[in-house]
Amino acid sequence: MKDWFGRVTRQREFMIGALVVGVCIAMTFASPYFLSSGNILALLLGLSVEAIIAVAMTNLMVAGGFDMSVGSIVAFTGAATATLIVAGLPVVIAVLAGLAIGAAVGFFNGFIIGKIGINPFVTTLSSLSLFRGLTLFLTRGKNISGLPDSFKEIGQATVLGIQTPIIIAAVLIIAGDFMLRRFRFFRQSYYIGGNERGARLSGINVDRLKILAYTLTGLFAGLAGIVMTSRLGAASMTAGTGLELRVITAVIIGGASLQGGEGTVFGAFLGSLLMALITNALTLLGVDVYWQTFVIGATLLSAVLIDQVGKKRAQGTVARLPDRSQQK
Amino acid sequence: MPDYILEARGITKTFPGVKALDGVDLRVRRGETHAVVGENGAGKSTLMMVLTGVYRPDAGQILIGGKPVSFHSHEAAVRQGVAIVYQELSLVPSLSIAENIFTNHQPVNSLGFVRRSELLDRTREYLALFDLDTVLDPAALVRSLSPANQQVVEILKAISTDPAVLIMDEPTSSLTEVEIVRLFENIRRLTARGIACLYISHHLSEIFEIADTVTILRDGRFVCDAAVKDVDEDFLVSNMVGRTIADIYGARPDPASLGPMRFEARGLGRAGVFAGADLRARSGEIVGLAGLVGAGRTELGRAIFGAEPADTGTMLLDGRSIAPRSPRDAIGLGIGYLTEDRKTQGLFLDFPLSANIAANRLKRLSLGPLVSDALVDGAANAAVREYRIASGGQGKAVRNLSGGNQQKVLIAAWIGIEPRLLIVDEPTRGVDVGARSEIYAFLRSLAARGTAIIMISSDLSEILGLSDRIYVMKSGRIAGEIAGADATEESVIALATGAAGGASQ
Repeated sequence: MKDWFGRVTRQREFMIGALVVGVCIAMTFASPYFLSSGNILALLLGLSVEAIIAVAMTNLMVAGGFDMSVGSIVAFTGAATATLIVAGLPVVIAVLAGLAIGAAVGFFNGFIIGKIGINPFVTTLSSLSLFRGLTLFLTRGKNISGLPDSFKEIGQATVLGIQTPIIIAAVLIIAGDFMLRRFRFFRQSYYIGGNERGARLSGINVDRLKILAYTLTGLFAGLAGIVMTSRLGAASMTAGTGLELRVITAVIIGGASLQGGEGTVFGAFLGSLLMALITNALTLLGVDVYWQTFVIGATLLSAVLIDQVGKKRAQGTVARLPDRSQQK
Repeated sequence: MPDYILEARGITKTFPGVKALDGVDLRVRRGETHAVVGENGAGKSTLMMVLTGVYRPDAGQILIGGKPVSFHSHEAAVRQGVAIVYQELSLVPSLSIAENIFTNHQPVNSLGFVRRSELLDRTREYLALFDLDTVLDPAALVRSLSPANQQVVEILKAISTDPAVLIMDEPTSSLTEVEIVRLFENIRRLTARGIACLYISHHLSEIFEIADTVTILRDGRFVCDAAVKDVDEDFLVSNMVGRTIADIYGARPDPASLGPMRFEARGLGRAGVFAGADLRARSGEIVGLAGLVGAGRTELGRAIFGAEPADTGTMLLDGRSIAPRSPRDAIGLGIGYLTEDRKTQGLFLDFPLSANIAANRLKRLSLGPLVSDALVDGAANAAVREYRIASGGQGKAVRNLSGGNQQKVLIAAWIGIEPRLLIVDEPTRGVDVGARSEIYAFLRSLAARGTAIIMISSDLSEILGLSDRIYVMKSGRIAGEIAGADATEESVIALATGAAGGASQ
C-alpha cells in the first residue's frame, strides 16, 4: 500500500527521464556544441512558453479536461496587452489586464464545459477560432510593436545569465509539481478524472473544480502570451499557432491520458524537454528539418504504446474485447 | 454416452500470480439450461471468457458436438456456435433494433448495399420468437426501448449467429420481477429449439426456477455437477463456499435497545419522481426500503444525500433541520450513500484501494493543505484488516478485485466517514454468498455503534432478514411500513404491488 501515488506517477517519469538522459549522453558524443551553455539555454528558452502552459494543462488533463484554445489565448492576451500598452496604460496595469483576459477566456471555456455540459473538444476548438479571430481583428493583421523597455524586461532580462522566461517556467514547474502532487485541493483533480460521477458522490465539488481548472489554464496561457510578446518585443497575430498540440503532446508523453486520472507536472516538463531535445539533436546532426515533426509524432506514439503494453502486462491479461466497464 | 453439445475438459488458465482455473470440467447437454454457480473469484467469468475465445486456456480441451475445437479469437468461438449475452449491454443505442441484431452480418445485395426490407423482415421473424413482432418495430431505435427490451435485442443479437450454446452472464441484474418471468419464458423457448443455455447467476432461487443442471465452481476448481431437481439451496451454498453458513443475517436487536430518533423526513418529494415520503430512522436501526425497481427508492435515497435534492418536504437529523443540496453538503452533515452502481458511480476503478478509501474523506487524511500518504496508507491498511479485503497486492487497481471485495472497499470508505446516517443502495448486488454475510455483519455492527442505516434493496430475503423496520415504496410513494420481525414475503410484495390496497400503518 505504501505510497501508491508516488510509485504510479514515477514510473512514466522514470521512463521519459531515462530517455532524456540517453539522448543527452548520445548527443554529447555526437556534437561538441550540444553541451555548450549557449545551446542548453537556447533549448530551455525555446520550451519555456509551452512548459508554462503545460503546468496548468496537466492539472486540467488529470481532471479529464482538455484545452485546444491555449495557442489562441497566447496570441490574444499578447495582442490585448500590447494594445493596452500602446494605448498608454501603465505596463503593470496592462500586464494584469492581460492575465485577467487569459483567465476570463479560460473561465468562459470552463463555464460552457462544466455548467452547460458541451464537450471540451468542441468548446475549446470553437475558442481556438474565436480568439484567433479576435486577435486578427485586434492586430489588423500586423504586428504590434513599439513596446517600452520596461515591458520587454519581463521576457528579455537575465538573472545570472539565465533569461527570465526560463526562470518563470522553472518556478511554476517546481511549484505546480509540488501542488499537484501533494495538495489535497489538486488531488481532487485525479478523482474527477478517474470517475467524475464517483467523485461527485464522494463529496467533491466537480463543477467548480472543472471551471477552475480551465480558468487556471487560461491564466497560464495568458502569462505565456505576455512572456512571449515581451521576449519578441512585439505582439504577433500568428503567435502560438499550433502551440496547443505541442503542449498536449508534452503532457501526454509525460504520463497523462485523455481519459484523465493520471499525469504529473514534472512528467509534462520531461515530455516537453524530450521533444525539444529531439528537435535540437536533429538540427545539430544536420537532419532535414522537415523530419522533426514526424519524429515528435513517433515519440508520442511510442510513449503511449509502451505505457499501454506495460499496463496490460500488469493486469495479466490481453483482452481482445473492449472493456465493458468503461462504456457508460 | 450422453449427447453433450459443449464439453470442457480440464481447463486451466493461469494469470501472473493467480491460478484462475484449475482443471475445470463442464458438460452441457443439447437444449438444457445449465447453471454455473460459485462465489466471486471462483472462476465463472474466466471460464466463460475461455469458452467464448477471449482467453486461451493454458491446458484443457473444448469439444463442441463431440469434436475438439480451439478458438483463437472471440469471432472464431461465435462462428463455431458459442454466443454470449453480456451482463452489461453492448448495443448501439443510436441504431435500430434490426441494425443491432445484424451488426456485422446484415443481408446485402450484389453491390454490397443493405437490403433494408429483408433486414426488417428477418428482424420481425426474430422478434416473433418472443411474441414481440407486433409490439416492437424493427426500425425503432434501441435507445427508445426499456432495459428489458434492450436485453431481448441483446439476446436476439446473440442467437442471430445461430449458436448451439448461448451464455448468459447475470441476465436478471437490471430486470424487474415481471421482466424476469418473461426472460425465463424466453429462455425456455430457446431451449425448446435445441439451444443450450449456460446461465450464470448469484441468485440461487433463479437457478431452481430455470436450470436443469448445475455446475459448482470453487476457487477455480470444479466441485461437482448435478441435476437441479436432486439438490437444494443448502447443498449449493455449502459446496460453493466449502462450509455451511448458519444464519447470514445475524440476530436482530431488541427494538427497545435502539437509540433516539436519528433521522426524520416529512413529506419529502421531487417532482415527477417521488412524493410525500415520511420516513424515520433511529440511531442503531437498520431500516429497509423495499419496492419494485422504478418505485422511487433510489431517487429517495439520492435526495436525502443531496445528489438530486428534494424540492418539497423537510428533513431532520438529530432534531436539527437539514437541507443538503449536494453530496458534499450531506457528507459534511454525516450522511453517506453507498451507490447501487459501484463500477460507474462508486469506485475509481483504475486507482488502488487506498485512493478509493480516501476519496470521500481527503480532508481527514490530510495535514493542513497536504494529503498525508501516511494517513491514507494507515486508513487503507486498517480497512484491509478490518473488512478482510483481498486487495490483490499493494497499489493494484480495484478494477482487478472481485465484486465482493470491491463492495467491501466501498463499504469501508463509507464507514470511514463515521456516518450518522448511511444509505446503502443494493449493498450486496453482484456479491457472492460469503462476502454477503460479511457485509451484513459490517452493517449490523455499524448500527450497533449508533449509525442509522437505510437499506434500499430488491433482494427480499435481505430486506426481511436484516431490517428492523421496513418501508415499502410503490409508484413514488411510501405504501406502508412493517416491523421487521412481523414482515413476510407476502406482506412486502402485497404493498409493493398494491394488492393489499392502502397503507398499513
